[in-house]
Order: sequence, then C-alpha cells, then structure tokens
Amino acid sequence: MGKTLAEKIFDSHLRDEPFPGTKVLNIDRVLCHEITTPVAIADLVWRGKDRVFDPSKIKAVIDHVTPAKDSKTATQAKMLRDWARRHEIPDFFDVGRNGVCHAIFPEKGFIHPGHTVIMGDSHTCTHGAFGAFAAGVGTTDLEVGILKGVCAFREPATIRINLEGKLPAGVFAKDVILYVISRLGVNGATDRVIEFRGVVVDQMSMEARMTLCNMAIEAGGTSGVCMPDQVTVDYLWPFIQNDYASKEGALAEFSKWCSDDDANYVEVMDIDVSSLEPQVTYGYKPDCVKPVSEMAGTPVDQIYIGTCTNGRIEDLRQAAEVLRGRQIAETVRGIVSPATPKIFNDALAEGIIQVFMDAGFCVTNPTCGACLGMSNGVLAEGEVCASTSNRNFNGRMGKGGMVHLMSPSTAAATAIAGVITDARTL
Amino acid sequence: MQKEFGGRAIVLDRSDINTDEIIPAKYLTEVTKEALKPYLLEDLKLEGFDPQGETLANAKVVISRENFGCGSSREHAPWVFEVNGIHTVIAESYARIFRQNMFNCGMLAIELPKAAIDALIAQAKTGSLDIAVDLEGQKVTAQGKKESLSYNFNISSFDKALVVAGGWVEFADARY
Repeated sequence: MGKTLAEKIFDSHLRDEPFPGTKVLNIDRVLCHEITTPVAIADLVWRGKDRVFDPSKIKAVIDHVTPAKDSKTATQAKMLRDWARRHEIPDFFDVGRNGVCHAIFPEKGFIHPGHTVIMGDSHTCTHGAFGAFAAGVGTTDLEVGILKGVCAFREPATIRINLEGKLPAGVFAKDVILYVISRLGVNGATDRVIEFRGVVVDQMSMEARMTLCNMAIEAGGTSGVCMPDQVTVDYLWPFIQNDYASKEGALAEFSKWCSDDDANYVEVMDIDVSSLEPQVTYGYKPDCVKPVSEMAGTPVDQIYIGTCTNGRIEDLRQAAEVLRGRQIAETVRGIVSPATPKIFNDALAEGIIQVFMDAGFCVTNPTCGACLGMSNGVLAEGEVCASTSNRNFNGRMGKGGMVHLMSPSTAAATAIAGVITDARTL
Repeated sequence: MQKEFGGRAIVLDRSDINTDEIIPAKYLTEVTKEALKPYLLEDLKLEGFDPQGETLANAKVVISRENFGCGSSREHAPWVFEVNGIHTVIAESYARIFRQNMFNCGMLAIELPKAAIDALIAQAKTGSLDIAVDLEGQKVTAQGKKESLSYNFNISSFDKALVVAGGWVEFADARY
C-alpha cells in the first residue's frame, strides 16, 4: 500500500510515539505572530525556560494589529519584538517590513515541500499549498514548539478532493473552496488532511493554491495540501537555486513527497468545476454557501479585500480588473489591504493601487485586523460586509456585524453596485 | 498538577459554538489569562442564555453539541473557561485545535454520544445538574433532581497523560 503526502511527512519527521496513535513530530517551521505568541513567551520566562530550539527555524511577524492601535497592542508587539531580538531570530518582520503571516512567510520562500509547519493561528493550513504539513495550534503547542521543536498529533487520515473540468471565466479558487466547504460541512474534515488534486489544481498558481488550502480549517481540516510540482519549483526557485543543480533536480526531489497512486484515502470526492458559479456565504457558518445569483441584490455597508485568503497580487489584479474606470457606490465604503509590502509595491508598479484609489477605496498598510474585528475596518452593530476573508461567524468583524464571504472579483462588483453582484453581469 | 473536574453544569444546546463566541477577538489584546475572566461567552446568542447570569457564574462544567470550539486556534478559549473555574467540557464532538488546547492545558474535553448528551440536557432542564468525573475509571456521573445518569467515556492515553501531568509543557519538558 502506498502512502499519502501527509503520511510520508509523518514518517520522516517522527520523533516519538509516546502512546499508540500519538505522533510527536520534529517541526521545521515554528511561525509566530503578536496575538498568540506573547503569552507563550511570558510563560517560558515565568518557567525560567526562556530559550528557543533553533532561531533559524522560527519566523515571526507583527500582522494582526499594526501599527499598534493602543497601549495593549503596543505591548504585544513589544513582547514579540524584544523576544525576537533577545534570541537573535533572523527572520522577524516589524512595522514597515511586515505583512499578513500566511502571505509573507511563503513569499520569503520559507515553506518547502515536505516541511512540518506549526503556528498559533488556525489558517496555518495555508502553507500546505507547498506540499507541506501545516497545522494551526494553540499557544501551548506553540510554546513547546519554540522550546523543543516538536509537536504532537493524532495522525490524520486524508480526504482527496479531485477538482476536474475547467474553471469558467470569472470563477476563482475562492469560489471553489467555498463550494468544497459547503459539500464537506464545517466539521466534515475534522482530524483529516484535505488533499486538493486534479487538473484544476495543476493549472493553478501558488497564490490560488494557497487560497484553497487556507480554508481547509473551515471544514475542520488539520491541513490542506497540494502536490508539489513545476509550479511549486518555479515559485521557490529564487530561494533554492543554490541548493539544487537545476529545476529538474529540485522537481525530482520535491516529487518524492507526492502521494503514491495506491495511497489510501478515507474519502474521495470528485467535483467538476466547469459549471460552477461564483459563490457567496449567507448566515454565520462558512458552509452556508450559495451561488451568487441567489444572493444578488443583498445590500452591504462595507467591502473588505485582503487577508491571508485573498490579499495576494493575483487577488488584487482580479478586483482591479472589475474596478478599473468605475466608482464604488456612495452607500458603501471599500477597504483594501495588500497582504505584504512586496504585494503593495507590485500593485503600485502595475497601477492597481491607483485603480483602487480612483474607485474610492481606502488602501491600508499590510495587516489583517479587520477580518477578526481587531483593527482597520471593524463593523458597527447591524452592518454588513462583503469580505474576501475566510470566516463569517456572528460578530466576527465587530459585534452585531454580518459578513458575506466571496472572491475579490465578486467583492469588487459588490462595491460598485452597493449590493451583492456577480461581476460577470456588470 | 492535576486540576479538579466536575461540578455544576451549564448547557449550551447548539452545535458549532465557535471560539469567537467563547471569547471575542477584541479581547485577544490581553496578555494574561486572568484579564479574560469577565468576557466568557460574551457574544454567544442562545435562547435562555445570559453571559452575566448566575447559571454561568456557578458553572464548573459545560455541556454542548457537535464541533464545539470550532474556528480560531486561540487558546484564550480554554483559558477563559479555566479562569472561570470551568475545567470540564462534555460535548458530542470537538474542533481539533480546541480539543488539543484543552488537554494541553490539563483540562478535559470529554466526548459522549448524542444519546448521552440528549439525556444530560433533558436532565438539566428539570433542574440543576451536578457532574462527577472519574478520570481513572473514565466515567461521568450526572446527579439530577430526579435520577442519576452514568456514562463511560473514551480518552486517548496521551490526552490522559497530559491531564495527569497538568499539561503538555510539563509532559514535553520532562521527555524531550
């Protein structure tokens, strides 16, 4: 019997099996941000164990509330900053150089096929797009990861989703993953890895694959994963060219992680995307999903484009394509947060920032605070937001606020019309 | 050190109660667990539930439905239970990260089948419900006004070891 990508990673990283069914893995990347790490740091200090297992394998960024909005968030940033300096963590990204964690860490080439990745953030599953096993964890797991470089898991079985057919124009990775979640349900993948396969994934960019894997957790999944291929090699090449003689060599090495043809899956789902419509959520759970045609006309107050789901350059391009030469409705406000300084710069160079500003959008620095109602776009009671983020829980973006999740393209069309709108009808 | 389990129960009769409902993100700017105490379940909208009410104030055990603790990885969710004296959650199922966070903090996330949860909730509706937890025997006993209910539960050897050790930091530090 062959093995899945996740099983291969578990086998190669196994440090200990203290009890049957519990696998303690060596961790290649411990990622940190300023919301969940400070309590781990404080606890390590309190225990007299203020150490890190390997500074080169720890990456840290301030991203949820940045620049700090008040004394409390300034303290969180300071705790992370002081700790990173104290332990000489080389890859720490502070104000001006910082971006949304699940966008900036891949962009810097930190995540490779076969890696084990943990972070005190549920959307860590994003990094599985590189053929890594990447799981969100709590602060205690993070703390042990920082101190010992290990993390314990029940070995997850894998669900294979075969995405076949051809994506229609105006339908994107976000629409696919919303549809997949509606099929799986919010706990349909609990204790499972979701493997995204098929010709649709093969043809996707790394950005689009990250959008897919980002929302694996919304179906309860431990990690989303895509098979490493030529697209992965091309994306990582600037960072790995000294490690491999050629791209072919890198591809051969990375391909070893791919699931075997005779690997065992707990569930296989075939989805033909050829007639998929843009998707939009209703209600307060991410599996409450409808085609945009059934949601069209729903009034909104705010449009938010950005986050670890859809704040990458491709996403901004898709939105700008809809916005170019148009103005957003007078009844709405638009907020766009390019996810990293590089994305911001690229968007500037391509004239995309100008398109957003001409349309009437507020362009913020790279941050994700609005998604969880912490900063830069919090909703008031009774307000509705069309958002490219990943969670539509009741009050998620502000107490009493409602969120409709959608693609950047649909969000841009919604901004223009002031009501939920299919961009293809503009 | 092992925590104390069991006590007066409160029922949150809905599936998919998420960590935003348990502790809203706006309080994640706190850097101590104690500071979270007043905000437990502040945004939870549930018929008959009052986050400021006595039932919650007196509770030591939470009983709920499927996929409890879904959403964010924030360990602030187990912490806000902990600082309010709630060390035991009993539900039909859990989101993975929340479940692991509970055990990592040396607390109990007990899984019982739907029929058992139905019976416990029915019992709770007749009056106050006190839960006794026998970790060694892996048994939950509910003493209501009318009758007493008893259920065996499964817990992995690892999760049990974490609870006995008082949490994952203690366990890992001794071993790795």
